[in-house]
Amino acid sequence: MQNPHPGLPEIEYIKPASLEEASKFLAAHAGEARPFLGGTDTFVRLRDGVWKDKYLVDVKGLDGTAQVSFDPEKGLTIGAGVAMNRVEAMPEVREHYPLLAEAIRTVASYQLRNRATVVGNICNASPAGDTIGACMLYGGVLKVFGADGVREEPLDTFFKGPGKTNLKPGDIALSLTLPLPPKGHVGRYIKVARNKLGDLAIVGVSVLAYPDARVASGYRFLIALASVAPVPLRVPAAEKVLAEKTIDEATIAEAAQIAMDSCSPIDDVRGSAQYRKLMVRNMTRRALTEVWQKLTQAA
Amino acid sequence: MGYHRITLTVNGVMELVDVPSNMTLLQMLREKLGLTGTKNGCASGECGACTVMLNGEPVNSCMVLAVECDGADVVTVEGLAKNGQLDPLQEAIIETGGVQCGFCTPGILISSRALLNRKPKPTEFEIREAISGNLCRCTGYNRIVEAVKKVAGTE
Repeated sequence: MQNPHPGLPEIEYIKPASLEEASKFLAAHAGEARPFLGGTDTFVRLRDGVWKDKYLVDVKGLDGTAQVSFDPEKGLTIGAGVAMNRVEAMPEVREHYPLLAEAIRTVASYQLRNRATVVGNICNASPAGDTIGACMLYGGVLKVFGADGVREEPLDTFFKGPGKTNLKPGDIALSLTLPLPPKGHVGRYIKVARNKLGDLAIVGVSVLAYPDARVASGYRFLIALASVAPVPLRVPAAEKVLAEKTIDEATIAEAAQIAMDSCSPIDDVRGSAQYRKLMVRNMTRRALTEVWQKLTQAA
Repeated sequence: MGYHRITLTVNGVMELVDVPSNMTLLQMLREKLGLTGTKNGCASGECGACTVMLNGEPVNSCMVLAVECDGADVVTVEGLAKNGQLDPLQEAIIETGGVQCGFCTPGILISSRALLNRKPKPTEFEIREAISGNLCRCTGYNRIVEAVKKVAGTE
């Protein structure tokens, strides 16, 4: 009988002593070597035979990747190797980046979040990645080490398709920086999955909003959708309506409809495309309404 | 495939083990150290049967490479009892009947012990959240939750 729970295929574990060494190895073995952090996605894909790499390059703990720090002027910097639970438990994250903390708490289980990393969630580039929306809306920028030195990759232009990003062979994500969030911001992540805790998102809606006197409505709303397009999806057309028109039930409904019309989900084992579309509209409306209520209570 | 020599502490005992690159912490515990209390359920980080404490925090041992544990401190279900005395959580789960087939129990015990270590008086929601990564198909969870509450003194 075939073992239904096989171990990992034969693979070499590489622990480089420096970023340079890691990057050179990864570039020299393009297509057969992969950097890994928590391994929570990597191991599953290797076991299923979806990935057939020969080398796993452990990049945790290299130059600053194990640190997470908050600077009251520059914001939050999360090292690539920092597990999600460590980020979520930081008082500064709960205070200044509550949307990120909320999103992290929806990822799989507590024990998995002791291995899974925020930066890994981003680099894995699953359209269903729960923390990606929050990181995008907070204006996240990845710091990447590559053959030509260190560069910055804003998340808004980072994703190219399911599992596809601007990262090239030899690139190693070092950290994610989230600038200081706007004053008085309110966030909400609503996720629907097959069960309440632990599953991948069928649809995820992240909303971040804050008072902004420069726009006609007086408030800026940012929206990101998970699991309904080839990439984590921003909805600028809906954000524009919410910036220009008086915020009320009708404007929120209009924005939610735009979100529904903007996405292009697929049918899969977790839900049909049509269900996802309808849920985008309903959940966007709900998230916007909840955020709007909190903003007006605060004002 | 390369082998790696690692030293780590398992249930308070220093161990020296030679592990192949692709061996998981779960496989090392069961196959190299004979600690079969930790179970292999789904091998993909979903069922929680393989949960152990790694440096004081619960992890799915099927999702950790053994070689990554060089220098680490690991506690498995076999390490919960001290000096022949069961952990109060083990006593409680026996009393409440929170064990039926028993396959999920080692993982449940580790997840719950880790919760009580970081939060001695958790709410019922926090208990349910902490064991949400541990699938149990027998008990319906209520008796397990009851056992954790008993130890926390929040019944």
